[in-house]
Amino acid sequence: MITRRTALAAGLAAPFIARGKAQAQAPSRKETLLLVQEYGPNSLDMQGIGASQPVNGVALNCYDRLLRFKPVPIPGGGGHQVAMGELEGELAESFQLASDGMSATFKLRDAKFHSGRPVTARDVKWSLDRAVSIGGFATTQMKAGSLEKPEQFVAVDDKTFRIDFLRKDKLTLPNLAVTIPFVFDAELAIKNSGGDEWAKEYLKNNVAGSGAYRVESWKPGVETIYVRNDDWACGKLPQLRRVIARDIASPSTRRALMERGDADVSYGLPPKDFKDLLDGGKINVVGVPIPNGVWGVYLNTQVGPFKDVRLRQAVAFVMPYEKILQASLFGRGVDMSGGPATPKVAWPQPFTYRTDVAKAKALVDAAGGGFSTTLYFDAGNATVAEPMAVLMKEALAQIGITVEINKVPGANFRTEIAKKTNPMVINRFAGWLDYPDYYLFWTMHGNNSIFNIAAYQNPELDKLVDQARFTSDKAIYEQSVIDFVKLVDREVPMVPIAQPTHDVALQKTIGGYQFQPCREPDFRYLTKA
Amino acid sequence: MLRLIGARLMTTIPSVIGVIIVTFLLTRVLPGDTAAYFAGPAASPEAIAQIRSKLGLDLPLPVQFVSYVKALVQGDLGQSLTTGQPVTADLAQRLPASAELTLAGLLLAMAVALPLGVLAAVKQGSWIDHLCRVVATAGVSLPVFFTGLLLVYVFYFLLGWSPAPLGRLDVFASEPARVTGLYLVDSLLARDGETFRAALAQLILPAVTLAIFSLAPITRMTRASMLAVLGADFVRTARASGLSGGKVIGTYAFRNAMLPVVTTLGMVFSFLLGANVLVEKVFAWPGVGSYAVEALIASDYAPIQGFVLTMAILYVVLNLMIDLLYGVIDPRVRLEG
Repeated sequence: MITRRTALAAGLAAPFIARGKAQAQAPSRKETLLLVQEYGPNSLDMQGIGASQPVNGVALNCYDRLLRFKPVPIPGGGGHQVAMGELEGELAESFQLASDGMSATFKLRDAKFHSGRPVTARDVKWSLDRAVSIGGFATTQMKAGSLEKPEQFVAVDDKTFRIDFLRKDKLTLPNLAVTIPFVFDAELAIKNSGGDEWAKEYLKNNVAGSGAYRVESWKPGVETIYVRNDDWACGKLPQLRRVIARDIASPSTRRALMERGDADVSYGLPPKDFKDLLDGGKINVVGVPIPNGVWGVYLNTQVGPFKDVRLRQAVAFVMPYEKILQASLFGRGVDMSGGPATPKVAWPQPFTYRTDVAKAKALVDAAGGGFSTTLYFDAGNATVAEPMAVLMKEALAQIGITVEINKVPGANFRTEIAKKTNPMVINRFAGWLDYPDYYLFWTMHGNNSIFNIAAYQNPELDKLVDQARFTSDKAIYEQSVIDFVKLVDREVPMVPIAQPTHDVALQKTIGGYQFQPCREPDFRYLTKA
Repeated sequence: MLRLIGARLMTTIPSVIGVIIVTFLLTRVLPGDTAAYFAGPAASPEAIAQIRSKLGLDLPLPVQFVSYVKALVQGDLGQSLTTGQPVTADLAQRLPASAELTLAGLLLAMAVALPLGVLAAVKQGSWIDHLCRVVATAGVSLPVFFTGLLLVYVFYFLLGWSPAPLGRLDVFASEPARVTGLYLVDSLLARDGETFRAALAQLILPAVTLAIFSLAPITRMTRASMLAVLGADFVRTARASGLSGGKVIGTYAFRNAMLPVVTTLGMVFSFLLGANVLVEKVFAWPGVGSYAVEALIASDYAPIQGFVLTMAILYVVLNLMIDLLYGVIDPRVRLEG
């Protein structure tokens, strides 16, 4: 019987008992990784419509792709990142490009799905057919690598698979290594599909893959538990037997958990916390400048004051680059000002502008003097974007531009930028595939995707970007990149501010950190001492 | 009695219908485009259009409303896009978590606030009255996320007395067999002392945070109500008749002072249940408040509608219970249908 007194006593003693228990379970803790993240997956199917960012992690760890990016050491140490141009087989034991360069053939490994069925080329075909047909983000992403129609995918025999190319596109093979074209157990999926062609409902709630981990339990909004698939055939067996990913919304709590040593890995802390943890020295912080990612302020080239290129240049001249990097990113990024006159073949890279108020003032005066305008940013990015916006407002006031700051909640932000009428918008865009032409295709090309926030239209730029995308001649490629970077440097539809670092906090006992372009944790390489 | 309850429930039907219509319309007028949000990065206009038609958002409003009501009648509140699960399942999972936390917080608050309020009224102007004033002011003026973080900092981070604020259970403890969804109750039913202790240890800090916040209204209301009653004629009569102080205060005065206090408790409870978002965030508590707020940020209609509707129904039930309780506390109160 529980009396009030015993309940009270139990309550007071509870914290100590809880602690004793944790010690008793130390061995299982040793093989288990506790990851704390802001929010978890809303589905287990990255190809499905509306899958959130963390679903990439499920795709990465629980499914295999034909190819994967080759790990290369991070220059500053701390783990590995990927080499975009270098691919190795994941499900594919080997792969070969045809001599005419218009198809690729893949030999599959003897791998088994979690269900025990062997992986066949038919499963690969079903999965890639699904990716190009299901619609939404998956289909868009496949298109980025000229993977558009089911007819392109051919199951030659059980273990041989071929992809026929629509055109020569250097993104086709790298695009097979991102977290979209992963391979499902097609038989299992079809059996449970309930008549739906692509088994959307079943795969949303169940993993049917061959990957290194299985999902043992998934409680949306609370936690996801992964267990190792001991029969994984596509790489070195991971050391961690079990991974618990808990959703902890408050960054302060996540930081406390890390500092107390209760959590092993934390993603997505504010830059200030990463800086403090790094300075504290008790916890490892590994930062990788996000490939193909940059914070920038987009200036509308079609409506409003910034139609005048002189005003766009004035903004580029007045930005307090260094101050922004320190005050909003706490130094966790790369400055994008003061670049060389002849650009490199890279993106992002510093533009030629440096903070020079006199020059900016002269440009504004030449364009007819000061005015008022509005600066927008996504409230979901407020930790970084808010101080950035305030510093920009201060700086622009010096040259007679009065700025009103407008912080837009997440769902509205997309609507706002889709209108393409906002004069100034702060945004961070990061492309998965690390190619300059790929970035500009999304953000400044005349096809006017939602991320071309400046609504920039310039046939000259489109020509250069398209040329870089589809040429197979290296010299032409490099020249077009240099030319289009020069062009956008002069025209500044977007003023690049800083390339952010992707930071992860890890306990000193955790090794084997692997950065992936999808920016989700890759448990397959992690180790715990 | 049953008839009374039935009659009483009948009167709530129009308000529930009103709530259904208003939440439906309100979520639709919210600025923001669900489809664009869930289309994710790098979405093309076609991709967004596909999502819009999948969600039925391209249909005219009346058609959307009819299909919403049709589903609602069958107990289907729709799908949440933020969690990817049916809203009914989400709420069934999260409402007990919020209820357990709120109840624990409220019971703690009552345990402190009621005696404090009574004592403050009896010894008006004494140090205990001043203490009451200080506690109430401090409790209400400290924002909950601040108290929450402060408690985490002191009891978890510095002292290490409290377990890691990882939600309802430590990562290595397993959930008790589900009966009520309240872990404390379920673990007792399953005679699982270890889980009970683990759940209780996780519950203490967030419950104390909530209790500190809800102390103020309860203490002040108890004190004010007691003061009014203590000045009444029947108390003077009781004293004059030579009844002991304890009897006068405990039996006669307190019982009569309970009515406004119970009303306040009901208000505080229903308010805390949906509004302790910040406590839920700080302690990673998987409750309904943070669920609704996340849905709101993403313009995810179904969970918002489900949340408001559930809260409305809960409020109705709670008010009914309070009204019934009035009758028990004070037989002079007649419940009219």
